[in-house]
Amino acid sequence: MRNDLSLQAAQTRRAFLKTTATLSAGLVVACFIPLGLRRAFAEDAPKPAAPVIPPNAFVRIAPDNSVTVLLKHSELGQGVWTSIPMVVAEELDCDWSRVRVEHAPAAPAYAHTAFGIQMTGGSTSTWESFDQLRKAGAMARALLIAAAAQKWKVQAGDCHTEKGVVICGKHKATYGELADAAAKLPLPAEVKLKDAKDFTLIGKPTKRLDSKAKVNGTAEFGIDVKRPNMVVAVVARSPVPGGKVKSFDASKAKAVPGVIDVVQVPTGIAVLGKHFWAAKQGRDALAIEWDAGAGATLSSVAMREQYQKTSRTPGAVAKTAGDVETAFKGAKVIEADYTVPFLAHAPMEPENCTVEIGKDGADIWTGTQFQTFDQQLSAKILGLKPEQVRIHTTFLGGGFGRRANPTCDYVTEAVEVAKASGKTVKVVWTREDDIQGGYYRPMWHSRLRATLAKDGKPAAWAHTIVGQSILAGTPFAPMMIKNGIDTTSVEGAADSPYLESIPAHHVELHSPTSPISVLWWRSVGHSHTAFVVESFVDELAHAAKKDPLEYRRALLPSSSRERLALDLAAEKFGWGKPLPKGHGAGIAVHESFGSYVAQIAEVSVDDKKQLKVHRVVCAIDCGPVVNPLTVEAQMQSGIMFGLAAALHSELTFKDGKPEQSNFHNYTVLRLNEAPQVEVYSVPSTDKMGGCGEPGTPPIAPAVANAVFAATGQRLRNLPLRPA
Amino acid sequence: MKLEINGQTHDVDVPADMPLLWVLRDVVGLTGTKFGCGMAQCGACTVHVDGAPLRACVTPAAALAGKKITTIEGLSKDADHPVQRAWIETDVVQCGYCQSGQIMSAVALLAQNAKPTDAEIDAAMTGNICRCGTYQRIRTAVHRASELMAASAAKEKSHA
Repeated sequence: MRNDLSLQAAQTRRAFLKTTATLSAGLVVACFIPLGLRRAFAEDAPKPAAPVIPPNAFVRIAPDNSVTVLLKHSELGQGVWTSIPMVVAEELDCDWSRVRVEHAPAAPAYAHTAFGIQMTGGSTSTWESFDQLRKAGAMARALLIAAAAQKWKVQAGDCHTEKGVVICGKHKATYGELADAAAKLPLPAEVKLKDAKDFTLIGKPTKRLDSKAKVNGTAEFGIDVKRPNMVVAVVARSPVPGGKVKSFDASKAKAVPGVIDVVQVPTGIAVLGKHFWAAKQGRDALAIEWDAGAGATLSSVAMREQYQKTSRTPGAVAKTAGDVETAFKGAKVIEADYTVPFLAHAPMEPENCTVEIGKDGADIWTGTQFQTFDQQLSAKILGLKPEQVRIHTTFLGGGFGRRANPTCDYVTEAVEVAKASGKTVKVVWTREDDIQGGYYRPMWHSRLRATLAKDGKPAAWAHTIVGQSILAGTPFAPMMIKNGIDTTSVEGAADSPYLESIPAHHVELHSPTSPISVLWWRSVGHSHTAFVVESFVDELAHAAKKDPLEYRRALLPSSSRERLALDLAAEKFGWGKPLPKGHGAGIAVHESFGSYVAQIAEVSVDDKKQLKVHRVVCAIDCGPVVNPLTVEAQMQSGIMFGLAAALHSELTFKDGKPEQSNFHNYTVLRLNEAPQVEVYSVPSTDKMGGCGEPGTPPIAPAVANAVFAATGQRLRNLPLRPA
Repeated sequence: MKLEINGQTHDVDVPADMPLLWVLRDVVGLTGTKFGCGMAQCGACTVHVDGAPLRACVTPAAALAGKKITTIEGLSKDADHPVQRAWIETDVVQCGYCQSGQIMSAVALLAQNAKPTDAEIDAAMTGNICRCGTYQRIRTAVHRASELMAASAAKEKSHA
């Protein structure tokens, strides 16, 4: 099944490349009308007074001059609902106050330009669609000008636009007046894009377009979806990863008032009720005997011990230069082991999905980052063609990777429940289901060894990483697992810029398997490698009796973007200036997803061993910035998310089961622990990177290094627990 | 049972132990109040009962007969409550899922303490989790809401 998928993904990618080729020649998407939207419109909403006009797949202009941007990405808090329309509007030259946004349906026109499937992830949204959406905006503008020129019998070149109006001498017409005629014209072969110096919107701090709906309760998340005759289901899943139902007795569940039905699905037993409460009470009343399978004895303590042993054995080579073992012989070797635990994503909105199976296909409403996979896997279960499965993307109440699952677990399960019950159903997960329901950031172990040259710089560096592969068995495997190395397991370690200055270096990987399903968690492999590499570099700096900032600067090429970020953070923080008694400052810099982020944390540890983060200064070089407010918010957000993991979060297994279940014991960051974060951008015209994830990796090492500066304690395990 | 929600009386037929949250969301159809944990740990379900903040996920609806329940939908007509205005001005929201609860907690705080300090905001708002980490802007927005409320109170006074 997975091979089929990857093949389909590859085909979709080829189809997409063809589409882009055609798009630049100017066709194909011109008459694309999103079927799902048209259908939803026909069924649910009062018909608008006049039809909307689709100049292309990304822009619709209505007679009332409103401009609707069809967003191919999913809004999960990262701000694409605002920053992506800014890109379209810049070239379209429309009135920003008239811009509306809708999530696009699932369709090939909305495929990711690098991955070939419709998806949101990898901090890629802005750069992957920047040129594509500028072109879409520019093309719509060119059509509107052409329609005006035709109407006024003037040359298009004599027309110009201003905030949604085409002007030529005494003639003036709004985009809304011209949209109908424009939609009938052939697309121009080429469009000229603006020069960056002429941007009026891109680069300007621009407030979010989804604020109002999110402060008055009207924003629709997946969990808010309501359909005619819809029932709510809660599913009992195996308490042990990989377990199966042996037998079950639903009699008590069926006796709960409001319970409508109980059905078995591949993942467990679903109880359907007229509302969540009935379904949940029914689920709790089920008597199920589980066959735990191979996971019955899972223990994260035992796994951690095994990982440590494994780290002493040779693994698959991810990067090597020189001869580290010879360099270590007779030299003083600095050694350290670092560990990070399994983590749940715990987005505020628990997983959920609504499925309605109709005569001509199926409709799915959910907050998802993987529309193409959802469509393909659901179609397979239902015996439909992918295009017969209409995905309606709602707002996502957070994701952090959990809603970008190649197995589409919470979507396919809801499809199975709808299929088995014959009902329109919304499957809702409880918080316990979310925290205990699998798909975790892998637990990792790193063993590091290094020797220093006379000048204090590392002469040899050996790094062995142990942890489960996220990509193994997914459709991304052919693209991203090379020679047995899952690139996401070693990202940030095998390609660390420090290695270039170390004559002998060696990075190895072990990818053990277990019944525990793993998944990317905001910043993926960087969530452990930044902690390990930046902490160990700090250890080496202290061993060499050098200032941690100067040590890093000496190892990095002077023109590197890491250096620019480091220098800006150091200047803004006031690195080296005296701190209050008992406080310490720690620094870290790390590139991820094409962005270079340096952070300096100021911390203290009190008599009760309470670690407090007082202040964080963050400098980022992400290349050209579309919306500075998005960059600032994403850096704050990434830091707070990383701080939760640095200070608190940990998922452990005992006797096969997760030991944490809800926010009382799976602890996350709360407002009283949130430090003041200052964000600065390195002015840059360099290659554009991402923002959703790069704020997370440097914070754990910055804080750990600050704890060392404050107390002399080197903490090598997350979460950080000063002794 | 009869419940007074946002000034309207709703006659609902639900089990006595059913938490208010699910009555609001799945029976009355007010989905602005969110489910986050089900055990009063995250604050996403915060509503007001007779003006005081309450976690709807652990409060049986039956206990609320005769009391005035206010949800995010009942806070203002057009997102123009000073706290909502401050939230929009400050660009607080990200995914937005926790924000109904954050706003209800902030409104309750400001009703008790018109000019809270950072420490007072921290103490009052620590029961509301935000996984996007909008905390810093929440602090700023609570201060801003306090200013907006003071300004409108001063305006009303000068008109009186």
